[in-house]
Amino acid sequence: MTEFLQHIVNMLILGSTYALLGIGLTLIFGIMRVVNFAHGELYSFGAYFVYFAAILLGFNFFVSILIAIVAGCLLGALIEFVLLRPMRGADIDTTMLIMIGAMIVMQNGEQYIWGGVAKSVNTPFPQAPLVIGSVSVSWLSVFVFCASLALIAASYLLINKTKLGKAMRATFQDRDTASLMGVNIQMIYMATFALGSALAAAAGALLGPVYVISPQMGNLASLKAFAIVILGGLGSIGGATIGGFMLAFAEEMGAGYISSGYRDAMGFLIIIAVLLFKPTGLFARAERIG
Amino acid sequence: MKRYLPWIALVAAASIPLWLHDPYILNAFITTGIFIIAAMSLNLLLGYTGQLSLGHVAFFGIGAYASALVSLGFDVELLFGIRVVHEPWPVWTGLVMGVVVAAFFGYVVGKLSFRVRGAYFVIVTISFAEVVRLVALNWVELTQGPLALTSIPPVTLGLPGVGYYDLYSKQSYFYLVLAVLALSYVVISRLVNSRAGRAMVALKENESLAVSVGIDVTGYLVLAAVVSAGIAGAAGGLYAHYLKIIDPDVFLFLYTVTMVIMVITGGKGTLAGPIVGGLIFGFIPVFSRSFLGPELQWILYGLFMILIVFVLPEGIVPAIEKWFAARDKDPETPLVKSTQAHIQDAP
Amino acid sequence: MSVASSAAARPALSIEHVAVHFGGLVAISDMTFTVNEGEVVSLIGPNGAGKTTAFNVVTGFLRPTKGAVHYRGESLNELKPHEVAARGLVRTFQRTSVFQSVSVFDNVMIGLHRRGRSRLWDTLLGLPRERQSERELRERAEQILETVGIQHRARDLAGALAYGDQRLIGVAMALAADPSMLLLDEPVSGMNATETVRFMELLGTLRGTGMTILLVEHDMPMVMGVSDRIVVLNYGRIIAEGPPAAIQGNPEVIRAYLGEGVKKRARGS
Repeated sequence: MTEFLQHIVNMLILGSTYALLGIGLTLIFGIMRVVNFAHGELYSFGAYFVYFAAILLGFNFFVSILIAIVAGCLLGALIEFVLLRPMRGADIDTTMLIMIGAMIVMQNGEQYIWGGVAKSVNTPFPQAPLVIGSVSVSWLSVFVFCASLALIAASYLLINKTKLGKAMRATFQDRDTASLMGVNIQMIYMATFALGSALAAAAGALLGPVYVISPQMGNLASLKAFAIVILGGLGSIGGATIGGFMLAFAEEMGAGYISSGYRDAMGFLIIIAVLLFKPTGLFARAERIG
Repeated sequence: MKRYLPWIALVAAASIPLWLHDPYILNAFITTGIFIIAAMSLNLLLGYTGQLSLGHVAFFGIGAYASALVSLGFDVELLFGIRVVHEPWPVWTGLVMGVVVAAFFGYVVGKLSFRVRGAYFVIVTISFAEVVRLVALNWVELTQGPLALTSIPPVTLGLPGVGYYDLYSKQSYFYLVLAVLALSYVVISRLVNSRAGRAMVALKENESLAVSVGIDVTGYLVLAAVVSAGIAGAAGGLYAHYLKIIDPDVFLFLYTVTMVIMVITGGKGTLAGPIVGGLIFGFIPVFSRSFLGPELQWILYGLFMILIVFVLPEGIVPAIEKWFAARDKDPETPLVKSTQAHIQDAP
Repeated sequence: MSVASSAAARPALSIEHVAVHFGGLVAISDMTFTVNEGEVVSLIGPNGAGKTTAFNVVTGFLRPTKGAVHYRGESLNELKPHEVAARGLVRTFQRTSVFQSVSVFDNVMIGLHRRGRSRLWDTLLGLPRERQSERELRERAEQILETVGIQHRARDLAGALAYGDQRLIGVAMALAADPSMLLLDEPVSGMNATETVRFMELLGTLRGTGMTILLVEHDMPMVMGVSDRIVVLNYGRIIAEGPPAAIQGNPEVIRAYLGEGVKKRARGS
């Protein structure tokens, strides 16, 4: 029982960052129809940027996380402007190949700049964990969980309560009509990719200090993000949130009760099973955003 | 002229070991040849049926492991205490089993994953490859996991009673790879130039229209997947018996990416495309390794991939074919013609 | 003539109480009609009346919510589109009628798919049967191109042809698939008057071979000219059925069309 509760706590922390990753991707894929293979690299970019700002530049830990999120946002906007804007209207396979190219460049760029040795970030949180009954959890993890929930809530409000969010939802529904109604599609696409990238960078910035930061950490993140999106259904922030927690739950249970070696296999098995038996995702009634 | 080009290329390739004595370059030719076979098999799916299978390395790796394990023998305990003991078989049976097992997985994956298309198909195929990689990593009893399968025997040719010949030397292995490559080329070219190939092109172009004239789309997709996986498995088997060691890294996504880059650079949906693209990317490391580390070389690959999609989305071979076609149409003024076209292209 | 009249008694395609719902939207509410062997029947009605939906149901692209479709006594309900085509029921499309980046000749070769006899092993081993089969298919393709009258464009890319010619390739492809019944979805849309007349002659030739034809078309002079019988759809149900002369004077049909016309004019102003 104790073990199970510990897995649940781990699941909540992992799931909250997975949700961020998934929300970012579901917006990009839903609105722009771009299969963003570089999503995982923005996640590791966020993690490295925290290391860069906090350790090398000496910024405060919390400020560093904010800087990393902003940097992810800017990098996303740049990628959109340089790689995707000229290819507007190209088919999904073409943009996919471009994003694979970007993924390879970014991953090996990280490896080249930072080397293969994993980095870790010191945090201002006390070393002693928070112990509740038989379950213990580090203060850092509590912070990560709270910060992720805050970011999820913020994205939800952005999409549902702001003018930009309304334009994004309109574009998701029907790009041409939205364009006719005066929505600036180019701007929406850039905002979408920047927002999605910022969320991925945020997930990396928050989760990176919990573990260690390595160039390979983004490797599986893109695919996990896809697992989350597929679980939650396309374009749904609520779905991506639930999907994130479900993937984390499956991984924790798989690692805890089957074999830790197959932890990462859970996400892929989920993808295969869901796509083959319920291709619209578990919660999607129809494709919608919000 | 075009009809004889494959023969000229084959003769030229066959002459290489006669005048090339640098073992490093010959080694590059062998591994490049193996990857060209894999890229050709990917091209059948990607170029002719239009399905972007990004888990293709799974079939390559399955072929490699199956071939190695059949030749090495294994002794594993399955669920419920059932033991499977396999004594080593001759290497050539291993290569054949590599093809068969990979083709079998191609059938299963094809049957299941063609229920979804587009981005979802891509995700399912990658997921499949990752699951296979994790199985190879974790099923230590069968695969030795990260410790790798070692001492994989070399390929032996021969007849009982006549004598056996181990293909230890690089020269002889080169000819084995070349023979498999030529055979794969023949299989693929016959397939795509037949009624089955037309059906594949039809479903790539317009699926509804294809089924409306009675083409069983799923059937032909599965056929393409089986043939493609089998050929990838053959490449994997050749790879395993050449390196004599195989570990789960053979399933890395980067190998699929390498094959994809070869195909789209050379020209997807053309027979020569994967060969041209494969030669280019097989030999970039040979020339670049003195001044580029592996990371920079990969960065170069990534940039090249983006560049090709931007500048030459059709690939090199179709571009050359177009150039020749334009020249043949108007043989008197070929230069002017191509300059004009160039000027018109520039905005 | 006697052959045609005796054949006319046998129903080829029968559509019984078919309904199609998309979520809450009713595309076809209750449709029943038959097409007899060797007959030319037209399905007409204002835009959105459910004509293309009816085509999609018959050819297996859509499952009916209710009802049954039979062709020559066999139920088509559970069949996939390619299986429907294999039973001799072949359709053309309203919009994309050709494989754009393939030559006209190869379009027809693709259409001939069902007539190829070569097996996989013949192909892979390059056996004589493969070459024999391919030669037959090529001859057949040339014949078909001649029948529809576009043999002079055989080597051109289908996508490069004028819209009216593309419609002809669509028909050529359908013919190549060895149909006993053709379903043509607005075949003369985009054709000029000369081409339309030529197409009507082609239809005449086809019916002379005993082909059963179901036609969806807006061009009324053509519909009246070629049809044995006309079925009129409006808002997903049949409002009239009968020979051209009877349909022309049917007050409900006139109302359906005029009604639409009035609405259109109101929207336009």
